[in-house]
Amino acid sequence: MKITVEQDKCVAAGQCTATAPDVFDQRDEDGVVVLLTDDPPAELADDARDAAAVCPALAIHIAP
Amino acid sequence: MSDAPTSAATGSPAEVPEWPMPRAEGCPFDPPPALRELTAQKPLARVRIWDGSTPWIVTGHAEQRALLGDPRVSVDERLPGFPHWHEGMAAAVAYRPRSVFNSDAPEHTGFRRIMTRPFTFKRVEALRPTIQKITDDLIDTMLAGPRPADLVEALALPLPTLMISELLGVPYEDHDFFQENAARGIAHDVSAEESMRTFGALNDYLVRLVEKKAAEPADDALSEIAALVTAGDISVSEAAMMGTGLLIAGHETSANMIGLAVVALLEHPDQLAVLRDADDPKVVAGAVEELLRYLGIIHGGQRRIATEDIEIGGEVIRAGEGIVVELFSANRDAHVFPDPDLLDLRRENARHHNAFGFGIHQCVGQQLARVELQVVYGTLFRRIPTLRLAEPLDRIEFKHDRLAYGVYSLPVTWE
Ligand code: HEM
Ligand code: SF4
Repeated sequence: MKITVEQDKCVAAGQCTATAPDVFDQRDEDGVVVLLTDDPPAELADDARDAAAVCPALAIHIAP
Repeated sequence: MSDAPTSAATGSPAEVPEWPMPRAEGCPFDPPPALRELTAQKPLARVRIWDGSTPWIVTGHAEQRALLGDPRVSVDERLPGFPHWHEGMAAAVAYRPRSVFNSDAPEHTGFRRIMTRPFTFKRVEALRPTIQKITDDLIDTMLAGPRPADLVEALALPLPTLMISELLGVPYEDHDFFQENAARGIAHDVSAEESMRTFGALNDYLVRLVEKKAAEPADDALSEIAALVTAGDISVSEAAMMGTGLLIAGHETSANMIGLAVVALLEHPDQLAVLRDADDPKVVAGAVEELLRYLGIIHGGQRRIATEDIEIGGEVIRAGEGIVVELFSANRDAHVFPDPDLLDLRRENARHHNAFGFGIHQCVGQQLARVELQVVYGTLFRRIPTLRLAEPLDRIEFKHDRLAYGVYSLPVTWE
């Protein structure tokens, strides 16, 4: 799995951090997404995919 | 402007139904039947709004997400043909500062990043103990008082109002003033004059507060926003607009979700039991998502305009045509939620609702709202297992005429 995030598009809704807190975090100053790992272990993969699906700004991309 | 529909499928102007539409008598929790009928075959149709214009109304879940995520769909209320909520909103366009509510990316991004800081997932999680304490205190006070009690006044309104006041640094003592002005400002039937007056009063109040915070900063969001005014990054009126927006959006919405959910749960005792007996915070969190979906309080239809031709749902929305995105209906879209009119607190995919919108304007305060609701729903029925309505359901007054649905007051009692 290979995750990328587009910080320019992010609107800091926090859905990713709420869904997969071990994969995504938010910057302290404005809540913009920070990627903690671009290749999470298998047990976090579903949460990461779910986070990409709920991101309202379509700022999270996942390649298999 | 009054543009006649061009699509053959929608017929002559005379046949275009009016929006907003009433809900069915005795069915306070379901979308208007006429809207369902209108969009039974297609996920979008034409409706006629207060100024005689005939924007599209979109009810399909997938179509809403596609449009709300589409850069050809704008919230710029200055564009001719924009489907304003009511006369009051239309009349005040020239006076309203630019903000997240009426700007598109990239202008929107700048405003949004200033507002999001206090509402990140982690910051809001850190507030959970405070929210729990306030909830417990409010319930204590209600239990010590007379029966029946008004749950809106006792709990639903004060909790979110205290939280947003505290986060922003707005004196809670002023809550009667801002609650009243905010409530009138978002009524469907408000006149141009009244809308300007309530907006003006709130705006003046926030301007004074921003100026005060600039002079004597405190540890709150308005002081941070005021510092940007001092630095010359934004104007005082933009700062005041951010404060007004957060204050309005941040109290009545959550309050409505609390009051309305209590009615819905008391009407569905089996579901109430799921919540009351839940030991797992995940069950409570899931229940909150399902209630956000099922109650879909933002029911007036979010307003947008197409800036280019857009093909969607078997129709073409032309550049310059208005779009009304009726979020509540998408939460009841059977393509996404099987048995959509069933309140099922264990529903697997409830969190795919559109209750907070979608795209770049999706709710700034959603994590705060979630924690408030998790705490209240998780606490209220445990602390008062015998809670019940003090009046029959048909005596409860629902906010049919407001942009956010809810109950005006909620008489409850207990053993
Ligand atoms: C359960 C409670 C809430 C619901 C159902 C709700 C719903 C919504 C919806 C549907 C939108 C999108 C509007 C659109 O796209 O046209 C929105 C935007 C917004 N909400 Fe909420 N909201 C809630 C609570 C809050 C709270 C607590 C705050 C403040 C702390 C807040 C602040 C905002 C702001 C500032 C926006 C505008 C965002 C933008 O345009 O970028 N909301 N909300
Ligand atoms: S869900 Fe999307 S928009 Fe929200 S913080 Fe994460 S990346 Fe940003």
